Amino acid sequence: MARETRELICISCPMGCPLTVTLEGGVVTSVTGNTCPRGDAYGRKEVTDPTRIVTSSVPVDGSPTERMVSVKTASDIPKDRIFDVMRALVGVRAAAPVGIGDVIVPDVAGTGVDMVATRRA
Amino acid sequence: MRKAIERHDVVVVGGGPAGLAAAIAAREAGADDVLVLERDSQLGGILNQCIHNGFGLHTFKEELTGPEYAARYVDRADELGVARRLGTMVVDISAGRVVTTVSAAEGVTRIAAGAVVLAMGCRERPRGALATPGHRPAGIYSAGTAQRLVNMEGQLPGREVVILGSGDIGLIMARRMTLEGAHVACVAEIMPYSGGLKRNIVQCLDDYGIPLLLSHTVVDIEGRRRVEAVTIAEVDEGLRPIAGTEVRHPCDTLMLSVGLLPENELSRSAGVELSAVTRGPVVDQDLQTSVPGIFACGNVLHVHDLVDFVSQEAAVAGLQAARYARGPQTPDDSRGIPVVAAEGVRYTVPSHVDPDRMGDSLTVRFRVDNEYRDRHVSVYLDDRRVQHRRRRIMAPGEMEQVVLRRPDLLAHEGLSRITVKLEEA
Amino acid sequence: MYDVAIIGAGASGCSIARELSRLDCSICVVEREEDVCCGTSKANSAIVHAGFDAKPGSLMARLNVEGNRLMRAWASELDFDLMPVGSLVVCTDEGATDGLEVLRRRGETNGVPDLRIIGRDELVSMEPNVSDAAVAALWAPTGCIVDPFGLTVALAENAAANGVEFRFNAAVTDITGSGDHWLVTAGGQTIEARAVVNAAGVYADAIHALFIAAAGATSPAAPVAVGAGLTVPAEPLTIVPRKGEYYLLDTTAGRHVRHTVFTLPTAMGKGVLVSPTVHGNLIVGPTATDVEDKEATQTTAEGLAELAARCSIAVRDVPLREVITTFAGLRAHQAAHDFVIGELEAAAGLFDCAAIESPGLTSAPAIGVLVSGLVAGRLGLVSKTEGAFDPVRHGIPDLERLDLDEWDALCRRDPAYGSVVCRCRRVSEAQIVDVIHRVPPATSLDAIKRRTNAMMGRCQGGFCTPKVMEVLVRELGVAPEEVTKCGPGSELVMGRIKDGTAMPPEGLGGGGPR
Repeated sequence: MARETRELICISCPMGCPLTVTLEGGVVTSVTGNTCPRGDAYGRKEVTDPTRIVTSSVPVDGSPTERMVSVKTASDIPKDRIFDVMRALVGVRAAAPVGIGDVIVPDVAGTGVDMVATRRA
Repeated sequence: MRKAIERHDVVVVGGGPAGLAAAIAAREAGADDVLVLERDSQLGGILNQCIHNGFGLHTFKEELTGPEYAARYVDRADELGVARRLGTMVVDISAGRVVTTVSAAEGVTRIAAGAVVLAMGCRERPRGALATPGHRPAGIYSAGTAQRLVNMEGQLPGREVVILGSGDIGLIMARRMTLEGAHVACVAEIMPYSGGLKRNIVQCLDDYGIPLLLSHTVVDIEGRRRVEAVTIAEVDEGLRPIAGTEVRHPCDTLMLSVGLLPENELSRSAGVELSAVTRGPVVDQDLQTSVPGIFACGNVLHVHDLVDFVSQEAAVAGLQAARYARGPQTPDDSRGIPVVAAEGVRYTVPSHVDPDRMGDSLTVRFRVDNEYRDRHVSVYLDDRRVQHRRRRIMAPGEMEQVVLRRPDLLAHEGLSRITVKLEEA
Repeated sequence: MYDVAIIGAGASGCSIARELSRLDCSICVVEREEDVCCGTSKANSAIVHAGFDAKPGSLMARLNVEGNRLMRAWASELDFDLMPVGSLVVCTDEGATDGLEVLRRRGETNGVPDLRIIGRDELVSMEPNVSDAAVAALWAPTGCIVDPFGLTVALAENAAANGVEFRFNAAVTDITGSGDHWLVTAGGQTIEARAVVNAAGVYADAIHALFIAAAGATSPAAPVAVGAGLTVPAEPLTIVPRKGEYYLLDTTAGRHVRHTVFTLPTAMGKGVLVSPTVHGNLIVGPTATDVEDKEATQTTAEGLAELAARCSIAVRDVPLREVITTFAGLRAHQAAHDFVIGELEAAAGLFDCAAIESPGLTSAPAIGVLVSGLVAGRLGLVSKTEGAFDPVRHGIPDLERLDLDEWDALCRRDPAYGSVVCRCRRVSEAQIVDVIHRVPPATSLDAIKRRTNAMMGRCQGGFCTPKVMEVLVRELGVAPEEVTKCGPGSELVMGRIKDGTAMPPEGLGGGGPR
């Protein structure tokens, strides 16, 4: 079976551990270089199903203090859907009051993940 | 001044992550009267514009955005009844800990502080300080300024972007601008290594196909009104541009992420001794500066890359400030044992330690002066090596730390010097 | 119909306008840029020269010494910053001290008071950071440093208060004669004026050429010799932009020298000066490179390297690590190296004020007096009625110099004085609002910077630019994307995010080479 190795930098936390992921026939057989379990999970995922949290900022109406409210995907989404999410945010406006965790766009771009506020406004 | 001088136990200058953590720690340590002075209209400091995720993994074991991380601390400060004055600028701190503020609401006021915590943060090195040749048109932004414009004001600073410097804010903004529909041609970095975190190179540049040009710099900026193009050239080992390597990039925006400088104008006014390396105060194990009762933490002390470590550090400053304010303080003439940065280590914070007054353990933070692979971080008590820990990769963009144990220090008789350095094996 | 149209709102043009505003006449200043003080007047050494450099008998010599004297009086009348720090010309060559004596005698001939040659010991006591090679110096106590923006803005504001109109973004494209007056086309509009003054800086040769064309086509009135009026021949004039590059250092380096320190002049100018500025910074420069492009205000690697090398000739250990910005200005150089001031021969009412290179800033007040006199003579202008001219102008408060009680009092008058926008230079929102609503108004970031010092400090606007933009948006009632750094074409932002101005791409990637 085809054996390949991929060198990655873990982005799970700012430590940035250098990972070596070994695949055999497209199946991950080992992850080395990580210093925590998150690194192992990241390595396995990144070579098979890479995902990212997307963060952005949308205008908010009616807030006494804020022009913009920051948002994020409530969980990670497939990496190749990042720009779909961003395009889905064009024209979106939030309405005050906004609390942290409030859903600003449900099921953003059909990812099944909500876009939620990360600040109050 | 016609107004009477106010008194507060602990006055924290700056309501960003360092100031908030210090104020909370001071309050938790029993200081009744803790006052945070913040020049912006809200607490949270730079975190408010850092809308990306990656904050809080150490502190909260979850991945938060900057505003969420700040909100946790603001909420805690609220619970504890930490007083704060927003829109309030500190214009002077005296060596006797009289803090002068100005605000629209109060005008000029003076506050006598039992202890002061300096938490003013840092500023970005501007284009002018680099003496980059060329015109001075609109469209040249430091990355943090652009970040504020985009994330807080909702403005689009430009559509065609070149970034000089690979500091973390520059990397974050490369991704941010791309996501908002601008085109980022490249990030040029004059050093042979990045100034930012590795994870940011992966998720902000590599994910979007944005090249990182190491050992490259901007040698010309065109455009009299608005940026029209920048020219990037490779540099030699002396960081001098190499003739013939110039590439012209038409663009409307140049963003700079070329270094952060602790904001120590107020520290200077108080007579606080500053380090020529960190440009921040020289501090002891309590994060106390050379002026008794004045403590420092966060980016005003030395520039951090992780807010979690800022919070940890600030908690020490806040705790010690509360203790100091409670008094009585025994005058302490000795500055403790010097912590010396040697061979590959640029500086340490703190830079001196009194083993009699330290806790059971003490975290000493430092940065290395180059990229290193497979080196050991060693700690020497005088000539005796007491720690020797292998690190696979170290880089100037990432802060390192060692932990000193009090029993080790006390056991070493006649200790005159603690050295932190890098060794091959 | 105006009595006088003045082309150019630099220090010369504004000084002429202000002096003419003493007289019973209507005046319009047309300026191609968006504000006053946008050309040579804004990018120079900010020095009020004592007057020992210029060739005795030249217009330059006379106006320098007169300008120096007037500048001090005007600084208090018009409330701009001037500091009488004195200047030193340092000689670093034992065999060349004769050069100092030549300068001293020339200065005396020009009427410069109190010049004195001092030996090394006295020099070192006056200027501890003078270079080890310094052997002697010429001490000129009448040398000063000035705020060139403050000077020009003060002149313009006082002129406006006395009835002068200003038109900005109005580049002159044509001048023609029409009976007894002239038609000046500027910014697409035509202005009628009985007299026209060319104070166009590096473009004065182009305006001079328009003058000659206009005079040749039609001559509104037969030239009459007016008093001892100066005249300028109707021959082509060539102004060569001579680039001077500078370093500006942080206020932490502002006391590195106490006086303006020159080195003995060379064939290419006065060498590199090192001087404190009225803003508390240290200035190092200029270079002297003749260029062709009249817009070539970019700094160059060569120029900055040259400065770094040459600044240490007279002053040691100049702390260049404290540099906060670099800039370049263009002097309006002319081969004969004297000011070209006077009425164009063969045409009544066209006045040149050209080739105003160093010491042009120093000479500005004297130029104003001289040229207004020439124009008044031609048009037969008389003084306004008693009390109709107000010579006094008040600037904005300087929070860096106020004591805290005074600042507190200001805050009680207007709380916006307590809202600090620029922390590096301690500028409040109140000062910014003030200058936005003055006449002429500050409507761009650079215009605000010139008047308040905001964005001029060590962070170079990193923190306060968004805040200043916000104040401009609010006070001017414009959209953020209309706010400019320095007039049309220098907009700071390109729209709003999420409004579809820029669409995120499809698929992955997005960055990299195009």
